[in-house]
Amino acid sequence: MTGKTPGGPAEIQVRALHKSFGDNEVLKGIDLEIGRGEVVCVIGPSGSGKSTLLRCVNLLEEPTKGQVFVGGTELTDPDVDIDAVRRRIGMVFQQFNLFPHLTVTENLTLPQRRVLRRGKAEAARVAAENLARVGLAEKADAYPSSLSGGQQQRVAIARSLSMGPDVMLFDEPTSALDPELVGDVLAVMRGLAQEGMTMMVVTHEMTFAREVADRVVFMDGGLIVEEGAPAQVIGAPRHARTRHFLSRLLDPAMAEVEEETSDRVGGSD
Amino acid sequence: MAHTDKLVRPRRKGLTRRQRRSLSRGAQYALFVAAVIAFAVSADWGRLKNQFAQADIAEQMFPDVITLALKNTVLYTLSGFAVGLVLGMLIALMRLSSVGPYRWFAGVYIEIFRGLPALLIFIFIGVAVPLAFPGTEIVGGTYGKVALALGLVAAAYMAETIRAGIQAVPKGQMEAARSLGFSPARAMVSIIVPQAFRIILPPLTNELVLLFKDSSLVLFLGVTLEERELSKYGRDLASTTANSTPILVAGLCYLLVTIPLGFVVRRMESKAQEAVK
Repeated sequence: MTGKTPGGPAEIQVRALHKSFGDNEVLKGIDLEIGRGEVVCVIGPSGSGKSTLLRCVNLLEEPTKGQVFVGGTELTDPDVDIDAVRRRIGMVFQQFNLFPHLTVTENLTLPQRRVLRRGKAEAARVAAENLARVGLAEKADAYPSSLSGGQQQRVAIARSLSMGPDVMLFDEPTSALDPELVGDVLAVMRGLAQEGMTMMVVTHEMTFAREVADRVVFMDGGLIVEEGAPAQVIGAPRHARTRHFLSRLLDPAMAEVEEETSDRVGGSD
Repeated sequence: MAHTDKLVRPRRKGLTRRQRRSLSRGAQYALFVAAVIAFAVSADWGRLKNQFAQADIAEQMFPDVITLALKNTVLYTLSGFAVGLVLGMLIALMRLSSVGPYRWFAGVYIEIFRGLPALLIFIFIGVAVPLAFPGTEIVGGTYGKVALALGLVAAAYMAETIRAGIQAVPKGQMEAARSLGFSPARAMVSIIVPQAFRIILPPLTNELVLLFKDSSLVLFLGVTLEERELSKYGRDLASTTANSTPILVAGLCYLLVTIPLGFVVRRMESKAQEAVK
């Protein structure tokens, strides 16, 4: 538990969070705190609400009920300047979402110039710095479409970092990648964690969660079922649903047999 | 292999599928060529040539047909396109707005101006506006009036095209921009609209071709000699020479512009297709 600061200031605070899409209640009361410099991985079956929770943390989804604080500012306050808060929160998407009409460097400089009002030279310097940080300095003038998925995702991370965020959110950052490209992206994220970035990561990469996370949160059916040190949650899960999920994840060949039981137990989806 | 061949090949007659297909295609070609020849033979080319292709009349049209008429047609078209683009952009954004009255207004505007013939808009601009606002002059005289009339019509079509283009930009682009701290308006201007314009460049160019032809309606505004465009110029000359050659020449001048533009559109479309892959 390298970066964990027990009792330190909470960077992210989620209180009694509910989120419904029409009649479908996706989050059924989530309480979560992430301390400064802490790395938290959120795991769980698809449809468990983990991505929705992450998207609520920077208000890409508007919570139905409850509160979200980042760096002490309440995002759920109707009078909050959401654009100002979001500058402090980096977000990395499953589908990268680079701007395809801009070069790699422009992807990194345009948000700095337009949102942070940085000068041309400074924006270019910060962009070059962050591109080097993700190991893609030589792709500065390429267009996103000419990059592999793994490279695009690293550019997306560099784009977020260029805004100088206090917190980074990752929404299944490696799920859209070919297996052999996952490693480079995870390596960049590991580096970030070691530098002390506060990170909330929705992921299916158990090895990453086990080795990098300070804490693992397991969600199912819109609730946090269990949370704790990775060695405990992944290594010796207390709850049947966690064990069930992990066994299916680690041995997908067994999934078909167990699918129906899971529906009966979980009752979600 | 011989065994499967027997199974696949139809038993009927001697012809294979391929042979029947080429036979049917040959028959179609023959019919088409026969129709063209029949048409060409039965037309009275001598009289047509007399009425439409008098070299000396065509000759006396130059250089005015280019330096005056075509120039004015191009000017009217471009000014109408510019007005239409700005207005269309505004209407498209209103149509997509979260503010109800904006959406409502944009919807009504589009329905009205798409539903009315451009001719009526020209008459309306020429007659109703001077009546409603006596003493006021539309900036730019005839040029301003044409730009306004063409622009009002074009805006309705362009607004729908632009709206479709904006909606074709993946949702993730707006999400990425917003999570970087862009305000909705700034994200629209910096990220979404530039991508939308790439998507809609071919249909917008098509709109330019349509406007180019619609600019002939300017004759309903009443224009001075200096303000005549291709159609009006051709018609005037046709009536003074009692010959239709000027009409043909004017028509060729339209094609001189629209055919290359059509070529450009197809090029852009196939390029856009490639970009998607």
